[in-house]
Amino acid sequence: MSIDNQAAPTTPAGRTNDGAPANLTHGAGASVTMPARGPEPQPRGAIIRGNRPIDQQEAARRFMAAPEHLAMHDQRLWDLRQKRDGQKEIIEEWEDLRQLASDIKTHTLTHLDTYLEQFEKNAIANGVKVHWAKDAAEHNSIVAEILRSKNAKSLIKSKSMLTEECGFREAMAEAGVQVVETDLGERIQQLDNENPSHVVVPAVHKLRTDVAEVFAKTLGSDPNNSDVSYLTEQQREHTRPLILKADAGMTGCNFAVAETGSVVVCTNEGNADLSANTTGLHIVSMGIEKIIPNLNSLAVFVRMLSRSALGSPITQYTSHFRGPRRGAEMHIVIVDNGRTDRLGLEKFWTSLKCIRCGACMNTCPVFRRSGGLSYGATYAGPIGLIIDPTFNRHKYSTLPFSSTMNGSCTNVCPVKINIHEQIADWRQVLAENHEIPAFKKSMMKAAGALLASPKLYRASLPMADSALRHLPRFVLYNKLNTWTRGREMPHVPKETFHQWYKRTRGMDGKKK
Amino acid sequence: MRVGLFVPCYVDAFHPEVGQATLELLERFGCEVEYPFDQTCCGQPMTNTGCHKESKATEELFVRNFKDYDYIVAPSGSCVNHIRNNFDAVAQTDDVKHVREHTYELVEFLHAVLKVDGFPWAEFPHKVALHNNCNALRGLNIASMTELREKKFSKPRDLLGMVKGLELVDITRPDECCGFGGTFSVFEEATSARMGQDKARDQAKSGAEYVTSSDSSCMMHQEGCAKRLGLPTKYIHISQILNGERV
Amino acid sequence: MSSTDSRAAIFAAIRANRPKIQPPLPDVPLFDEKALSDLVTAFSEMLVKMGGKVLDPQGQDPVSALRAAVAGKGIIATCVPELHGDASLQIRQILPDMDPHSLADVEIGVVRAAFGVAETGSLCLTDDELIVNTSGYLPQHLIVLLDPSQIVANLHNAYRRPELREHKYAVFQTGPSATADIEGVLIHGAQGVRSLHVLFCPKQS
Repeated sequence: MSIDNQAAPTTPAGRTNDGAPANLTHGAGASVTMPARGPEPQPRGAIIRGNRPIDQQEAARRFMAAPEHLAMHDQRLWDLRQKRDGQKEIIEEWEDLRQLASDIKTHTLTHLDTYLEQFEKNAIANGVKVHWAKDAAEHNSIVAEILRSKNAKSLIKSKSMLTEECGFREAMAEAGVQVVETDLGERIQQLDNENPSHVVVPAVHKLRTDVAEVFAKTLGSDPNNSDVSYLTEQQREHTRPLILKADAGMTGCNFAVAETGSVVVCTNEGNADLSANTTGLHIVSMGIEKIIPNLNSLAVFVRMLSRSALGSPITQYTSHFRGPRRGAEMHIVIVDNGRTDRLGLEKFWTSLKCIRCGACMNTCPVFRRSGGLSYGATYAGPIGLIIDPTFNRHKYSTLPFSSTMNGSCTNVCPVKINIHEQIADWRQVLAENHEIPAFKKSMMKAAGALLASPKLYRASLPMADSALRHLPRFVLYNKLNTWTRGREMPHVPKETFHQWYKRTRGMDGKKK
Repeated sequence: MRVGLFVPCYVDAFHPEVGQATLELLERFGCEVEYPFDQTCCGQPMTNTGCHKESKATEELFVRNFKDYDYIVAPSGSCVNHIRNNFDAVAQTDDVKHVREHTYELVEFLHAVLKVDGFPWAEFPHKVALHNNCNALRGLNIASMTELREKKFSKPRDLLGMVKGLELVDITRPDECCGFGGTFSVFEEATSARMGQDKARDQAKSGAEYVTSSDSSCMMHQEGCAKRLGLPTKYIHISQILNGERV
Repeated sequence: MSSTDSRAAIFAAIRANRPKIQPPLPDVPLFDEKALSDLVTAFSEMLVKMGGKVLDPQGQDPVSALRAAVAGKGIIATCVPELHGDASLQIRQILPDMDPHSLADVEIGVVRAAFGVAETGSLCLTDDELIVNTSGYLPQHLIVLLDPSQIVANLHNAYRRPELREHKYAVFQTGPSATADIEGVLIHGAQGVRSLHVLFCPKQS
């Protein structure tokens, strides 16, 4: 019986740093041995041109042109999907839990005012200071003001998609506050000055050699050592003094329980607990849709979150903050930032059910091949396609088209959001509001007119060797003829089915 | 039983043999099959691009062509899914409702309506990998889905299991979309082609000589990708195998 | 706009945009009809899968085993009466008024869990047990005492326990701190403890 204080010097993929096989079910670890890859320059995300529509395809093309990154990214996320499938097979009540989770969210979102009031009342009674922010700017200024009032100049924080949404780090830099992300993936992204590419695994698009390069530049680690154990340890050693010196701590919020006034945060690293418990000031950033009624409901979500996200039964830390520690302060900033508008969108309000597990990203074949940064928005992948246009219809008008609408996302969603149907609905909204390219619209108009007229349609296919027959209808109207870039054209038969039927059976359908 | 045969535009133009096999197969089971001459398309390409209004006239034409049949059968899950689940550019008249409720994809028609118990004329002594179109799978439910905790079933597998000599082989990501996606295949060409190539590699690795599916659209894309990669896999529509085609 | 104005605006927008349906809150069953009778074994198996370890007393009584486990391991911080503070053995007693930062040099923390959860191998630690919350995070390693009679079948049962309502802070800790943020390679000790051992030890009344 001993407790091993020494980390093993090297970490082959498939083993943990303390020697245990990594095919365990926890902490997001891969269930397969990932082959060593790299170095290869890291493909960067979508090029942002002001308010112009994001060209996801352009960024995706660059990602797919980096074979090592593409292979790792696809294999890693597909493995998470398979681990998730494994958990689903273990839990007999899996589909019941999905239905419950969805129903609880439906109930809560349709009684949002009631539960927010109850939450606020209980939180205040527990000694928490509650703030309300209509938008990102107000969120940032509230936090800046809290920090200023405590003369806090440094802030340690755990990962929060809401703070990403709010451009929080940039705002704090302007306010003269040093922000340190404590989640490893998020810290890597912060040091590389890049957004998270995935809601749960923010640096999943990076190879270890990319991380080695970032750490060498920013933490002074050995640029030639890309051992994962070494890199993680470098980060731990570098971050720990910053945690101990920090004036304030901040966390996001996975769930807010109205019945108890508690905020629940789920991490694998324990970094939220360090961020909240080390300093005398804990600030929570919380979206209004994070509210759930009670602890019985919470059980459903905690059972589903990590299983859906990573295929692990639970995150290593599920932390419940109900009030400030003795002698400390706790603030909760409750943020709208477009959520109440979304609540009013008849076809899209259920997207507010999202618990940010990322399962839709892991299963999405487009996401796995293009990387989260190709979407050029805070939220990537299937859930991003239906949330991003609510922030900016023009800039994100292209995103709902970056999908085959295959529906796998809907099937893995733990709260049963009909993601692929909402993608289709967004296409309609965007087309009707002139937010699709003019050539696409006129192409569809022409196709619609042609296909509505049997005579015109047949006249467009008069001969077996007509150039028109060489392409499917929708390709035909696309002057770019993109089909053959990665594929061969289909073989062109001597006659169409229509011609064959007419020849062999005649107009009356009787066999000749 | 009067059956209207719907032959989707790309089947008409590129795979007439699929229309022929579907027609003959239905006739073998005693269906009185007619092919309405004025048919064109179901309207899916426009709707999928968000242009519902632009598909209205096409949908109306479809209903005029098929409203008088007991059943409408098509060798394409994707088109049938559009008709059954997304056919909403037209006013929902009784004719429209009748058409939507009675349009079947070939496999589910054989399985659920005709309840066939054999294809004595069919023999296909080859290793075959099955591809389920995503709309047929997740929209029409022709098989259980790997994402859900549910009882395993597969209508196409049941049917293929009745074909003498046919050996089904598994691929590693059976439910992964191949990237065709209708207009996605041209507007998002790079991702589409990459997904198709990955699918073709997976199929080739499984040892399958043939890939079969109830959708020609996916296979047209997959075949194009396989050819580009120089893979030897051949592609054949399920109607041809079930109709006893020898290769 | 002040936070109060924003509060009013948010509530007004919620009420204006409320979806038309108003379904009731569903009941959540316990889902424990098929719970294993041997919760200690079920808990231990999950704990190991989650990267934790069971501290085997190897025939000794648990308290002697605990003393042996920490002997000579550097600075120890104890939150439990089973292990007394002893400066000569570098065993530090955690007291409520300690600065959270003062635990930064601790090698092994010793704490008792309020209860365990068999479904996930989780341990419930509250601010009562931790005394100073950072005692669960700043030490390099953690040893957690768990009364084998205090294990519930699953999370539904866990959330019906009083601890989650009564304490300002409670955590379900499951195994050590872990990350796989770089290429999926699992590393223990990303930020929190590098290892977690559970010692089954009935609570002295």
